[in-house]
Amino acid sequence: MKVEEFLYLEARLLDTQRYEEWLELFTDDATYWVPLEHDQDDAFEASSIIHDDRTLLELRVKQARHPRAHARLPLARTVHQVGNVMVLSDEGSELEVASTLQLVEWRQEKQRVWGALVEHRLRRANGSFRIARKRVDLVNSEAELDGIAILF
Amino acid sequence: MAANEQLAMLVQPDRVHRSVYADPAIFDLEMERVFGRAWLLLGHESQVPHPGDYFTTRMGREPVILVRKSEKEAAVLVNRCAHRGSMVCAEGRGNVERFVCPYHGWSYDRAGALKAVPLASSFPQDKLAGLRLKAVPRVASYRGFVFASLAPGGETLEEFLGPAKASLDDFVDRAPGGELEVAGGVFKHAYNGNWKLMLENHLDGAHPAWVHASSVAVARNAPEPGRPGEEHYYDIAVRQMRQNGAPESVWEATGIWTTPRGHGYMGDYHDDSRLVAGLGNPVFDEYRQRLIERVGEKEADRILRVTLWNTILYPNASFMSQFRQLRIIHPLAVDRSVVYTYSFRMKHAPPRMFRDTIAFSNVVNGTASWVLTDDLEVYERIQRGFSSGAVEWAYIGRGHGRDAAEPDGTLRGATGTSEVFIRGQMRAWLDYMSE
Repeated sequence: MKVEEFLYLEARLLDTQRYEEWLELFTDDATYWVPLEHDQDDAFEASSIIHDDRTLLELRVKQARHPRAHARLPLARTVHQVGNVMVLSDEGSELEVASTLQLVEWRQEKQRVWGALVEHRLRRANGSFRIARKRVDLVNSEAELDGIAILF
Repeated sequence: MAANEQLAMLVQPDRVHRSVYADPAIFDLEMERVFGRAWLLLGHESQVPHPGDYFTTRMGREPVILVRKSEKEAAVLVNRCAHRGSMVCAEGRGNVERFVCPYHGWSYDRAGALKAVPLASSFPQDKLAGLRLKAVPRVASYRGFVFASLAPGGETLEEFLGPAKASLDDFVDRAPGGELEVAGGVFKHAYNGNWKLMLENHLDGAHPAWVHASSVAVARNAPEPGRPGEEHYYDIAVRQMRQNGAPESVWEATGIWTTPRGHGYMGDYHDDSRLVAGLGNPVFDEYRQRLIERVGEKEADRILRVTLWNTILYPNASFMSQFRQLRIIHPLAVDRSVVYTYSFRMKHAPPRMFRDTIAFSNVVNGTASWVLTDDLEVYERIQRGFSSGAVEWAYIGRGHGRDAAEPDGTLRGATGTSEVFIRGQMRAWLDYMSE
């Protein structure tokens, strides 16, 4: 599978709310990071909008299915538009990939547009890839933001 | 609407009229009479350690700059040029010698005095001499926390804090040597709801079982946190979310108090020794040792035995002294609020404790947190409910009739889930609004 196709698949799983399948794209040692600050280089000594290991990421997916997850009932509808895909480095077993994300989110009375620079560290597996690391730098991460109950 | 008798009708011993949350005219009056009168917590001295350091913030609707004007003193200036009204300082933080207005280059020193005006000779000189960046009339600190009041007179900061001083003491005493600093970024979360809804939620021990049911449930089914030496990154988040599922009996047995100015605080509900430094987990041994080095064993034990969860300083702040989280609320409109959350580092504690603080902040106060997002959802639903005219009153009767007066002037709720703190806030609100 090509890198672009894999990123489109990931976006498609999110947009069709197949979160459990999306989670399976991640390796057991994966991290999923949405920094709070521009150019943030540390996720342990500074807060993050999201900084999850695989266990915490799974809790997000499970919460989304809980019958009393108030901020997630109903789930937001989203469109993830992935663009500007570039392979930054290819070390054989793993690749660094940069892309941009435009995302439209709609839930109840609110529609929001997000923009982000995204980096994936992809690990080759069975003719496809798995995500070992995903970093999403929102252009407005430092803004005054309403609660976020979606996955980028 | 401004008449005192009319306001008094809106706030009754066990119920509040919906207009207190939903009427824009009342909001305007609150900005003048509550946020324009009370001491407001603006931040911490560590945010402006050197002369010229500043950050911008708000006092109610006033854009202000908190600046260290000299080694010893902070000033709070209204961020508005005396000439044509432009904000002289972009929002953010930094260090300056002069605040220079971007419009016509008027410049002001760190205390707000007008120092230079281009084309100065073309102005009547006597008029120019009277202009400056307006200084907020009263600024005072309590143990490193900086407060200001837009009112020229009134009670002192210590009178205003009253028994709630003990919570700030707890915040500071826990740091070895008393040294704290703001660190690790600022969450800024907003919601379409009235500012009071947050303050009425932070001491509500009955809500976690319902509002946070989903995060409690997923955390209970999560992998087990590790023993000392075998810990995982996810432990703090899982442990904290599980704690929110404490049984009703634990919440009921917790102490809750409110002060004459509407501040409130409650005892702690945590029993997880990996989250609470005083419960003997080996992770905290080094920390305890450093505390002992500074204050001796007896005092260290006293400090670690204090168990507080949230404290609210009415009308603009809420903090967790034990977990080093401070939340400052900025009302933007009757139905729009933004909350800034700060984490604090204890300078002389083991570095690991600040990592715990960050993990705790992400799970409790993060804009995308499992926990906070459900609170925000409920605030917005309340706001929409109060916007309806079909039902006039909100009921604040949990524990009503059983509030007990304490020797220090506080009222204590009969049980930990008592709404005594909301009744206390509304009483203080009415005092400010009617004075």
